[in-house]
Amino acid sequence: MISVQGLYKQFGDVEVLKGIDLTVDKGKVIVIIGPSGSGKTTFLRCLNVLEIPTKGKISIGDRQLDFSQNMTKRDIHEFRRLTGMVFQNYNLFPHMTALENVMEGPVTVKREAKEQARQKAMALLTKVGLADKAHHYPFQLSGGQQQRVGIARALAMEPEVMLFDEPTSALDPELVGEVLKVMKDLANEGMTMVIVTHEMRFAKEVADEVIFMDGGFIVERGTPQQLFTNPQHERTKKFLQLIQ
Amino acid sequence: MVKMYLSNVMLDPERLTAIAQSSLLPLVKGALYYTIPLTIITFLLGLILAILTALARLSGVKVLEIIARVYVSAIRGTPLLVQLFIIFYGLPNLGITIDPFPAAVIGFSLNVGAYASEIIRAAILSIPKGQWEAAYSLGMTYGQTLRRVVFPQAARVSVPPLSNTFISLVKDTSLASLILVAEMFRKAQEIASTNYEFLLLYTEAGLIYWVICFLLSIVQGRIEERLNRYIAR
Ligand SMILES: Nc1ncnc2c1ncn2[C@@H]1O[C@H](COP(=O)(O)OP(=O)(O)OP(=O)(O)O)[C@@H](O)[C@H]1O
Ligand SMILES: [Mg+2]
Repeated sequence: MISVQGLYKQFGDVEVLKGIDLTVDKGKVIVIIGPSGSGKTTFLRCLNVLEIPTKGKISIGDRQLDFSQNMTKRDIHEFRRLTGMVFQNYNLFPHMTALENVMEGPVTVKREAKEQARQKAMALLTKVGLADKAHHYPFQLSGGQQQRVGIARALAMEPEVMLFDEPTSALDPELVGEVLKVMKDLANEGMTMVIVTHEMRFAKEVADEVIFMDGGFIVERGTPQQLFTNPQHERTKKFLQLIQ
Repeated sequence: MVKMYLSNVMLDPERLTAIAQSSLLPLVKGALYYTIPLTIITFLLGLILAILTALARLSGVKVLEIIARVYVSAIRGTPLLVQLFIIFYGLPNLGITIDPFPAAVIGFSLNVGAYASEIIRAAILSIPKGQWEAAYSLGMTYGQTLRRVVFPQAARVSVPPLSNTFISLVKDTSLASLILVAEMFRKAQEIASTNYEFLLLYTEAGLIYWVICFLLSIVQGRIEERLNRYIAR
C-alpha cells in the first residue's frame, strides 16, 4: 500500500530525514516511536506532502511521487488526497460546526452534493460517537471530542491511509481513551494507519509493527512483541528505558 | 459679533427652522446621491484592491511584493487631497481628463486599497498555520483554502479596523468637494455662499455626517456579533 524509498528532507542545511525506506501493507497499523526531534512529525508530513521532501519516492496504492523530479501542484493535491491527516492540535475549522467541518472536504474538494455529504458526515460523526454534537462549534467541544471530529473530517475524504501525529498528546489523561478507542475501531475495520504516539499500551495492543526512529533514520522495526521485549539496538533500549 | 449673530438667528426660531428646512433637502440629496454612493463604491473597489495587494505582499513572488509595497508606501506617504488633485487637475496635462465623480472614485479607492491592505494582510497572518495545513491535508488548493478557511476567519479579525476605515471614508468624501463633486459638503458650501449662514450650514452638514456614522457603527456592532458566534465567551 505504502512504499517509501530513500526519503530525505532538509530544512536549510539541517538534514532531518536521512534516507527513510519503508513499506506498509494494506490494512496494517504502524506505530512510530522515537525521541523528540528524531523526525517523526516530519516523516508523516512528507507522507501527506505538507512538506516537500528533498529527494526520494513515495508511492501509495498505484500512485507515485518522485521528489527528484518536477511535479505540478495538481500532482501534489491529488496525492495528498490519498492520505488523511490527524493533527496533534486537532486544527478544526473554528468557524464551522462539527458537521460542517466533516462536510468541508467532500463538498469543497470532491464537489459532492451538500445533502449527500451531510448524510455521510452524520454517519461518520455517529461512528466516532458524536452524533449529538453535530451542530456544536469546536469551542463548545472537549479536546477528546474535537479530536474525534478531526478523525471524522479526515475519514470523510475516504483516504487510503490515515496518518496520526500524536493524536492524544494534547489531551487530558481522562480523554485519551475515547480517542484511542475510535482509532482501535478503525484498525479493526482494516484501515491502513501510520501513527506517531507515546501510548505504548496502545501500540502493543493495536500495532502490527512498531518503528523506532532516531536522528532521521529508522533504527529498528519489528512486531510490538519483538521491539518492546527484545530490542536489538542500544539506542532503542535506552529510549524504551527512558519512557518506562 | 457673536451676540449679533445669536440675536440674529438663534434667538429667532422661526428663521432658524426656515433656513434648516430649505437647506436640509439639498444636503440630504447630496448625501444620498453622492456621499453615500461614493463611499460604498469606493469601499468595495478599495476592498478588492486591498485583498489583491495583501495577497501580492504574501505571495512570495518578489516582483508582486515590490509593486504592492511601493503602492502602499506611496499612498500612505502622500496626502489624500494631493492624490485627488493629481488625478483631477493634474492628469489633464497628459491629456487624460476624468469627470469629478469617477476621479473621486479612483482617488478614494486607491486610498482605501492601500490602508485596508495592511489590515487584511495582518488578519491573514493572524490565522494559525495549522488552519492552512488542515485545509491542505483535505486536498484543498490555495484558492479554496483562502475562500473557505482563511478569509472567513480573517474577516472576524478585520471587521473592527475595516469599519474604522469605512467611517473615515464617509468623512473623507467631503474632500471630493474640492474636485467639484456635488456631494453633501459642497452643497452646504454652495448654499452658505448665497445666504452667508456658514455656521448653520456647516453644522447641519456635520450633523448629517454624524448621523450616517452613528448608523454605521450600529451596523458594525451587528456584523461583529454575527462573526463572533463561533468564539468562546
Ligand atoms: N519547518 C522547519 N524548519 C526548520 N526545522 C524544522 C522544521 N520542522 C522541523 N524542524 C526540525 O526538524 C527536526 C525534527 O522535527 P520533528 O518535528 O519531525 O521531530 P519529532 O520527532 O516529531 O519530535 P517531537 O517528538 O518533539 O514531536 C527538529 O530538529 C526540528 O527542529
Ligand atoms: Mg512531532
